Amino acid sequence: MIDFSKHAGFDLSVRTRAEKRFQWTGRLAILLSLAFLGWMMVTIIWGAIGATQSVQIAVSVDLSRVDGQAIENTRFGSIVKTGLRSQFPEVSKRADKKKLYNLVSPEGGFELARQVQKNPDLLGETALIWLTASDDLSQYYRGQMDVDLPEDQRQVSDLEIAWITDLADRGQIRTKANWGFFTNGDSREPEIAGILAALVGSALSLAVCFALSFPIGIAAATYLEEFAPLNRISDIVEVNINNLAAVPSIVFGLLGLSIFLGYFGLPRSSPLVGGMVLSLMTLPTIIIASRASLKSVPPSIKEAALALGATPVQAVFHHVFPVALPGMLTGAIIGMARALGDTAPLLMIGMVAFIVDIPKSILEPATALPVQIFLWADSPERAFSEKTSAAILALLFFLVAMNLVAILLRRKLEQRF
Amino acid sequence: MNSPFLSARNVSIFYGDKQAVFDVDLDIEANKVTALIGPSGCGKSTFLRAINRMNDQISSCRFEGSLKIGGQDIYDKSVNVVALRAQVGMVFQKPNPFPKSIFENVAYGLKIHKLTSSKTELQDRVEWSLKSAGLWDEIADRLNEPGNSLSGGQQQRLCIARTIAVEPKVILMDEPCSALDPIATAVVEELIDNMRKDFTIVIVTHSMQQAARISQQTAFFHLGQLVEFGETKDVFTNPREQRTQNYITGRIG
Repeated sequence: MIDFSKHAGFDLSVRTRAEKRFQWTGRLAILLSLAFLGWMMVTIIWGAIGATQSVQIAVSVDLSRVDGQAIENTRFGSIVKTGLRSQFPEVSKRADKKKLYNLVSPEGGFELARQVQKNPDLLGETALIWLTASDDLSQYYRGQMDVDLPEDQRQVSDLEIAWITDLADRGQIRTKANWGFFTNGDSREPEIAGILAALVGSALSLAVCFALSFPIGIAAATYLEEFAPLNRISDIVEVNINNLAAVPSIVFGLLGLSIFLGYFGLPRSSPLVGGMVLSLMTLPTIIIASRASLKSVPPSIKEAALALGATPVQAVFHHVFPVALPGMLTGAIIGMARALGDTAPLLMIGMVAFIVDIPKSILEPATALPVQIFLWADSPERAFSEKTSAAILALLFFLVAMNLVAILLRRKLEQRF
Repeated sequence: MNSPFLSARNVSIFYGDKQAVFDVDLDIEANKVTALIGPSGCGKSTFLRAINRMNDQISSCRFEGSLKIGGQDIYDKSVNVVALRAQVGMVFQKPNPFPKSIFENVAYGLKIHKLTSSKTELQDRVEWSLKSAGLWDEIADRLNEPGNSLSGGQQQRLCIARTIAVEPKVILMDEPCSALDPIATAVVEELIDNMRKDFTIVIVTHSMQQAARISQQTAFFHLGQLVEFGETKDVFTNPREQRTQNYITGRIG
């Protein structure tokens, strides 16, 4: 029997160990990065759990004296306050009253107005209405506040805790799925702030970005790859495109600020300008990906078409282009995904604004999802931190969805040759 | 002897500074198969690609001399290269069907040149081309399948069908059988012999046996020069030049 492990002349054990060592290093590296990724995801999801639920408080409001014809002019805010006072008639000090009012979100009056408008039958009687609670109440109710701290160091005083316990005992506090997070715009009050305005702003910006950068990008790539003469000028163009892909995106933001806003006078903070700036950023990515995709098409296909008497344009558009298109689309979508996650250029053109209303066109002021995250992460209210995590999850969801679409598109359109 | 259909005079071809073809004079007659033979890198493929100006694709490639087809200098400024290539078709070394259906492969040339006026005419023309290429019986019921689902030999015949569909005057073949097995090669060789009555064929081949089997005239290239040109049987049995003798007996190559 031959012992293959003991070959004369050389020792395999060193090489075998080197092989094993390398493989384990690789596995360890992957494990480590997966662990960090998992850690990050768990932290974000953990942080975002609070944002899925909103706390509501039932206030008995006296609507008997509201004029059904003049709902717009009624001060629902004071009706809510009166309702709260009637619940706790023993409160008399001004400072305590203020604390009492702070159980309900400052937007409670508007909320009540909306409910009355939707349901006019409520008028004329005293009704128990569920209103969004303030962020302090929500935090305390969910147990996110450290009640062991001395009273002057926490957001909720003993008096407020007594009220909250009282209300909870009477069944006047409940938690509810927080759909408002997806249907509201931004707000100063974390309990009612939502991502819809930012989401719509991002979608409009991306639509503008795609409409601009995809046609321009593939046209440029096709010309450079298939038609441009090989000379100094095309060399310079190529080097510049490659360099542009590495330019920090804030520089494109400055460019947009000085040219699109300063020179052309386009509307500040609008998705139109946002999309234009983002397309500056994605264009090099799309051009490079599209050129790589065109380059991977076997030249024999183009030669076959030319030898049949097709013009160069026909040869490219009938044969090379369809084969390269899935790759171009993938490049474009990956470029778009980068644009979706980018904040810096948008800061420069004023898309960092506080936007409550959902933008209805590409000319209205808007903000974008990553900018919204940036703004919320900066806010002092504790409750904004869970909103931040939830918004990050929403952004990650869209990024993953876009990359998934890219993969599926490529699978579906890919032709073998 | 007929007046030559294709005549090259003082043809020199350069890639950048490097000269690949030196001062070639060659007369090719209509409806004959002319084989260009020679060792690798002897300029025979370069010369072939000059006949339908495929070398224009290579920016560093430069042509000198004159190349006339039917009396027209094809490198004249007045000649439209697209029209030239419609008349001078080419079959490549590696089968290169378009990534489309078999039908679309053959119909493509007809469509871009608008050679047919109706759908039935187009179908007839495709059928005729596939029959001429000896492929019809094998694939008649799967015209809508992708061209690259065929075997290598079938793909090459599909490429030939695609080329003859537009009825060029000259068909250039650049080692059309080098990627095929012997059986597929035999089929293609027979096809080339049949095509001779309708087309003028210029074929580059590495195989001297193949040149002897299918061509009527043979040109031997060596180091970019045309060493010998004549009737195939003369070149192979009674070469005038020592270098030809050495090549066909296997002493150089």
